[in-house]
Amino acid sequence: MSKLSNKERMKIPRQNMPEQDSLTRRNNFGEVNLGFTEELAKMEALRCIQCPKPTCVEGCPVGVKIRDFISLVAEGDYLGAAAKIKEDNMLPAVCGRVCPQEEQCEIKCIVGKKNEPVAIGRLERFVADYERDLVGIRTPQLKPKTGKKVAIIGSGPAGLSCAGDLIQMGHDVTVFEALHELGGVLIYGIPEFRLPKDIVKAEVESLKKLGVDFQTNAVIGFTDTVDELMANGYDSVFIAVGAGLPYFLKIEGENLNGVYSANEFLTRVNLMKAYLFPEYDTPVFHVKDKNVAVFGGGNTAMDAVRTSKRLGAKNAYIIYRRSDVEMPARKEEIHHAKEEGIEFLFLSNPVEFIGDKDGWLKGVKLQKMELGEPDASGRRRPIPVAGSEYIIDIDMAVIAIGNGSNPIIQKTTPDLQYNKWGNIVVNEQTMQTSKKGVFAGGDIVTGGATVILAMGAGRKAAAAINEYLKSSN
Amino acid sequence: MYKILSAEFIAPNVKKLVIEAPKIARKRQAGQFVIIRTSDNGERVPLTIADSNLDEGSITIIVQGIGKTTKELNAHEQGDYILDVVGPLGKPSHIEKFGVAVSIGGGVGTAIAYPTAVALKRAGNYTISIIGGRSKEYVILEDEMKKVCDEVFVTTDDGSYGYHGFVTQKLKELIDAKRQIDFVLAIGPIPMMRAVAEVTRKPKIKTVVSLNPIMVDGTGMCGGCRATVDNKTVFVCVDGPEFDAHKVDFETLERRNRTYKSDEETALNNYMCRSEEAMLKAANQK
Ligand SMILES: Cc1cc2nc3c(=O)[nH]c(=O)nc-3n(C[C@H](O)[C@H](O)[C@H](O)COP(=O)(O)OP(=O)(O)OC[C@H]3O[C@@H](n4cnc5c(N)ncnc54)[C@H](O)[C@@H]3O)c2cc1C
Ligand SMILES: Cc1cc2nc3c(=O)[nH]c(=O)nc-3n(C[C@H](O)[C@H](O)[C@H](O)COP(=O)(O)OP(=O)(O)OC[C@H]3O[C@@H](n4cnc5c(N)ncnc54)[C@H](O)[C@@H]3O)c2cc1C
Ligand code: SF4
Ligand code: SF4
Ligand code: FES
Repeated sequence: MSKLSNKERMKIPRQNMPEQDSLTRRNNFGEVNLGFTEELAKMEALRCIQCPKPTCVEGCPVGVKIRDFISLVAEGDYLGAAAKIKEDNMLPAVCGRVCPQEEQCEIKCIVGKKNEPVAIGRLERFVADYERDLVGIRTPQLKPKTGKKVAIIGSGPAGLSCAGDLIQMGHDVTVFEALHELGGVLIYGIPEFRLPKDIVKAEVESLKKLGVDFQTNAVIGFTDTVDELMANGYDSVFIAVGAGLPYFLKIEGENLNGVYSANEFLTRVNLMKAYLFPEYDTPVFHVKDKNVAVFGGGNTAMDAVRTSKRLGAKNAYIIYRRSDVEMPARKEEIHHAKEEGIEFLFLSNPVEFIGDKDGWLKGVKLQKMELGEPDASGRRRPIPVAGSEYIIDIDMAVIAIGNGSNPIIQKTTPDLQYNKWGNIVVNEQTMQTSKKGVFAGGDIVTGGATVILAMGAGRKAAAAINEYLKSSN
Repeated sequence: MYKILSAEFIAPNVKKLVIEAPKIARKRQAGQFVIIRTSDNGERVPLTIADSNLDEGSITIIVQGIGKTTKELNAHEQGDYILDVVGPLGKPSHIEKFGVAVSIGGGVGTAIAYPTAVALKRAGNYTISIIGGRSKEYVILEDEMKKVCDEVFVTTDDGSYGYHGFVTQKLKELIDAKRQIDFVLAIGPIPMMRAVAEVTRKPKIKTVVSLNPIMVDGTGMCGGCRATVDNKTVFVCVDGPEFDAHKVDFETLERRNRTYKSDEETALNNYMCRSEEAMLKAANQK
């Protein structure tokens, strides 16, 4: 089989990943994608023509050795493939599921020039799941203890990957997390149907096994400040607190009952498991047979709207002020949302929420938009069309227009340098902040970005912290 | 896990819990709160830190059992553990030497006002407190308040103890009697705080209230705790919980707090049924 010519390889169609059928899945929180079988994975791996200069790797923010791991998959050495990926990516089971592959690794795949690109993400997911199911996540060898201590603030992908590298380098690592569960957005934001929480838990467990100390319920800034951590024996601090401050629309009626930020809605449902109320104590608005509108066009908006459908919404709308081509959400998510019966209202912008006499949301006034010249982001700027207002009936609204940076660290660590959006300023090579021994990475530096970028930042910081600790002997 | 060092009812349905939490005890300032979760299926509920003890490494919370989680919390005894306690959260009270400072506590609100009254006294204020309850047994922390305040007035709605009437009536009497008052802190049920704000609005007495919206994370991440103050949206957990009483939109706060009313009843009923079943089972086994 492996002696196929490139021509023969190119003839193999991209393998579809089995998924729950759309009518069934929109009534449950089980994972939508079911993953490749061994046969499908092998077949897909054969589509890779093993380029001498694999351009796919350039598309991956952390440079996963894609060609090499795929060749191991084709040989059936899945554990070897998993190890190969992990040289660069600590969280393949997560990234294989949530990376925007179509604009990163896969868009650069040579096969994709003429045919569909090799399904790199699906293969990555397959080998990570294979390894976890077969042998559990394998734990690597640790270097001898250095006696140095590092504090990591935040347990999202940036914090977890930094912790994983530093513990292997022999340092003592404590991760401080504000919430009662570990994983950051992977736990409280991205829903179960896209990223099962057991996968995140397994990653955290493997870090615990390596000796990483996790302290939940610790809000740095309040429980301890960054300076106190440094004074209390930590040689270095890595700040990875994410971008967790929800933006609102700042329009009339936004504080009516039934209006949520995406963070609140998703936290109630994912972290607090409100979809299992009353078995779990935290409630969420009852959307069964009601109309729901989600404002925004990113992954967060798709997650919120698809969640509302699963909670039984009659009509669930995405309301976005530009057109479908400008939507930043992953294509796969938009496709899945459409299959699940989500309705999209493009070129519409909310101008006012309307309540009933008891203050419950009843509708939203929308204004039609048209697209003008491209703005700073390169996307065409939406311009309101005068006199085009119309009202639709809704019972719940979710605002998913992005997050700013949480000010707690800034307020309690004033000598760190921030930009005008409240993001921490770092040296991009080393993730070093303006404060000695203090590093930062992930969404708190970039603003809301991606899991893989946050993970990459965590690893870059770990390498730099290691150098810093060596030189500060 | 956080150990309960002592637990006692100080009024019907109101329990004082001393919890081992040395870090929080060391850091906390008047006006700050913790968020507690009692079980893996549990909700996160905010509770004010009423007191702390550095030697023991403990914090005190005073809990009124009104719904599922607070009743469950109040079923805890000395030696039991609480799953999650996070804090101290929120901005500390703004304390300065105002002159004459009046702290008003309605019901369990007295527990929330108490630490701030202590801080006001320490800052050199002449402190008066007005604490009220439905009837005598609902008045809490009278002795503690007497220790830190220059004057303490107790009111009961039914006249079974102290002044017969609401805390606001007592406050109005003091104002009408031309007593000098430079600052008022009022904490209790929303209608009470709103009434205090109305009493002090005309005489332009600086008045602060502590808001109690429904919270989830308590760190500014969800925006669920938002309230309208001075026509602007604030996140009570990080921008507050204390705000200028004359600028708070109490109606919005009250309305938003009703969001989950029927679910709260369901949760409470289920819990009460379960506890009754457990009690019957225990009785049958005996
Ligand atoms: C709903 C949603 C869907 C998304 N979907 C995708 C997707 O499909 N693909 C993709 O690549 N990206 C996606 N993203 C973006 C991605 O999740 C983030 O870019 C990534 O999680 C950022 O990682 P981080 O480690 O920087 O921060 P986070 O994951 O935000 O973690 C930060 C952690 O720090 C904790 N923290 C904050 N302040 C403190 C403090 N003071 N003390 C202690 N702890 C603190 C927080 O509680 C949190 O747990 C999505 C984001 C959201 C919200
Ligand atoms: C900053 C702050 C400090 C507080 N301090 C104290 C205190 O020291 N002692 C005390 O007894 N109570 C205090 N509360 C109120 C306490 O948090 C609520 O009584 C408790 O959350 C109710 O939970 P439950 O499950 O028992 O009742 P539920 O059945 O959930 O609710 C009953 C009532 O409590 C309100 N409520 C529900 N969930 C919350 C929530 N997460 N946060 C706030 N209110 C809620 C609802 O509006 C409802 O009217 C404080 C609230 C805040 C915001
Ligand atoms: S980490 Fe993401 S971008 Fe990199 S190869 Fe894997 S799926 Fe592609
Ligand atoms: S570019 Fe595509 S075909 Fe070439 S090595 Fe990468 S995945 Fe394989
Ligand atoms: S409780 Fe979530 S922002 Fe205040």
